Amino acid sequence: MEAQDRFDAIIEADQRIEADDWMPDEYRKTLIRQVAQHAHSEIIGMQPEGEWIPRAPSLRRKAILTAKVQDEAGHGLYLYGAAETLGVERADLLDLLHSRKQKYSSIFNYPAVTWADIGAIGWLVDGAAITNQVPLCRCSYGPYGRAMVRVCKEESFHQRQGYQIMLTLSEGTDAQKLMAQEALDRWWWPSIMMFGPPDTESIHNARNMAWGIKRYTNDELRQNFIDMTIPQAELLGLTMPDPDLAWNEERGHYDYGEPDWEEFMQMVRGEGEMPAQRIRIRKSAHDGGAWVREAAEAYARKQEASAA
Amino acid sequence: MTRPALLTHVLRHGDRALVLAQRLGQMVAHAPELEEDMAVANISLDLIGQARQLYAYAGELEGEGHEEDHFAYWRGVEEFLNPQLVEQPNGDFAVTIVRQFLHDVFALHHWEAMEASTDATLAALAARARKETAFHLRHSRGWVVRLGDGTDESHRRAQTAVDSLWRFTGELGPVADEAQLRADGVVPDGDVGGQWAETVRAALTEATLDISTATDMVEGGWHGRHSEYLKPLIEELQALTRAHPGAQW
Amino acid sequence: MTGSWPMWEVFVRARRGVDHVHFGSVHAADGETALQAARDLFTRRQEGVSIWVVRSSDVVASDPDDEAELFEPAEGKDYRFPTHYELPPEVDHM
Repeated sequence: MEAQDRFDAIIEADQRIEADDWMPDEYRKTLIRQVAQHAHSEIIGMQPEGEWIPRAPSLRRKAILTAKVQDEAGHGLYLYGAAETLGVERADLLDLLHSRKQKYSSIFNYPAVTWADIGAIGWLVDGAAITNQVPLCRCSYGPYGRAMVRVCKEESFHQRQGYQIMLTLSEGTDAQKLMAQEALDRWWWPSIMMFGPPDTESIHNARNMAWGIKRYTNDELRQNFIDMTIPQAELLGLTMPDPDLAWNEERGHYDYGEPDWEEFMQMVRGEGEMPAQRIRIRKSAHDGGAWVREAAEAYARKQEASAA
Repeated sequence: MTRPALLTHVLRHGDRALVLAQRLGQMVAHAPELEEDMAVANISLDLIGQARQLYAYAGELEGEGHEEDHFAYWRGVEEFLNPQLVEQPNGDFAVTIVRQFLHDVFALHHWEAMEASTDATLAALAARARKETAFHLRHSRGWVVRLGDGTDESHRRAQTAVDSLWRFTGELGPVADEAQLRADGVVPDGDVGGQWAETVRAALTEATLDISTATDMVEGGWHGRHSEYLKPLIEELQALTRAHPGAQW
Repeated sequence: MTGSWPMWEVFVRARRGVDHVHFGSVHAADGETALQAARDLFTRRQEGVSIWVVRSSDVVASDPDDEAELFEPAEGKDYRFPTHYELPPEVDHM
């Protein structure tokens, strides 16, 4: 049986491709890019939230946020690990991130302006990520799917803690309620744009779905997320920033307004100061740490030499 | 009004844990490798946990209905009783790790002794904290040795860190005004200072690092006298909460 | 590449009585730090009581091209299974 035929048969049977299976170059390249960019998103995402760890307004919230950001580093590690099974090295992927040849989710180019943003990020951004990630648990590539299972188990607490922050704020002082409303206003549109451009404009959808890398279209996932989130917002007593949001009885879904795709494209292109800052901080941690990594390596070599 | 000795002792160690946790929290996303971000976050979480338990106990001892957040967010800088070592800035990774190591040796020997405390709350807390601290020390000691005996550059940075932090180590031992607590067995007299010196020397030797000859030892942290670094740290910690008095978070 | 730590495969035993299972990988300069990294990465939610780390380069893997000759010959040897043997009902509990 030809390698291509065997690959096709595995995909056709909705089974898993593993690291040492033959796979088409395009499949491998697509996955490397997708998994790496997913990993990059996790570690860049540590920055806006990490800035609030020292400023968290209670010890419990400080602990929770630290645990969440720690999970994000962990997710980055699971995902870099999955990418490495495809024959690349983490150091090379980081170089591609630092040189901006690979991207991360542009949602993290928005600043976390107030404490309420931490709530909104957990509720909406992690909520959108979960919507995206649950189907990825069934990705045709085994190591990526299994990494996603682990990520999804942990991500649920991320969303719940974010929503709990919003709940506490919405039941709090007038200043806190305003803080929550303004955070929702800032994060709603970027969150629904996380699912990518409308299906009519999405170039790779068809092929990636045939390969079992993508299970649902951008619009399907976006609709799913919006339908789940509106009732959550209603419970908070906050006003949605989209005046066109309305339940459509016929469709059985919420109708929603058109996002500002031009703003989305600017964010994706990484224009402006924030993306530069995100990369600068990341690169500085990595480059600044080179002497540390070298020291550990040098010590290990010395130990092996003396043991020999 | 003098604060009872036990309450002071509990606050000293709660503050020690919180201030160090705060320093580590500032580092997350800036460590030299992702595995180190994980490690730093782990240590910070354990220390926050210890601080919370100690502050909760402080609240009980004080008897004014204060809970953990009161001690973290509503005391002034001069009321913090941490040793000055833990408020020192993160600096480069060598400074961070050497600060951590010098602290962890003290904390481990402290918690080992406290497992035999006649105070049941502190003894129980010590049982858990000792295990956490043993892991922290394994990590920090391992790095001190790797940096000291790694490359020329790492050795140089590690030695600089030891030399610059040594003057804060004078505080890492029994506090004179806790004599009665020691006599009562609340703070068992385990020669923490002597054990600290022995453990540290052994590690620095293994790391090919010189023991510092600094003599201008700093003191006062345990009594509320601090370096210029504590104020901005506490301000950052408390700013949001103080901006919204009475609010729940 | 200098300053780039080797990869280690991580195996975790969830609790006493079960096998170590492959969980994923970490990068570390040596085994001790690989263990600490694996502990922080994979056991934060009490997922394990024991960890093994093995240098990824030490793992010897079967070649997928050999899958047929390695694993298909096991087919059709039903006599290895208890169900292959029909016995009188009085002694069938064997």
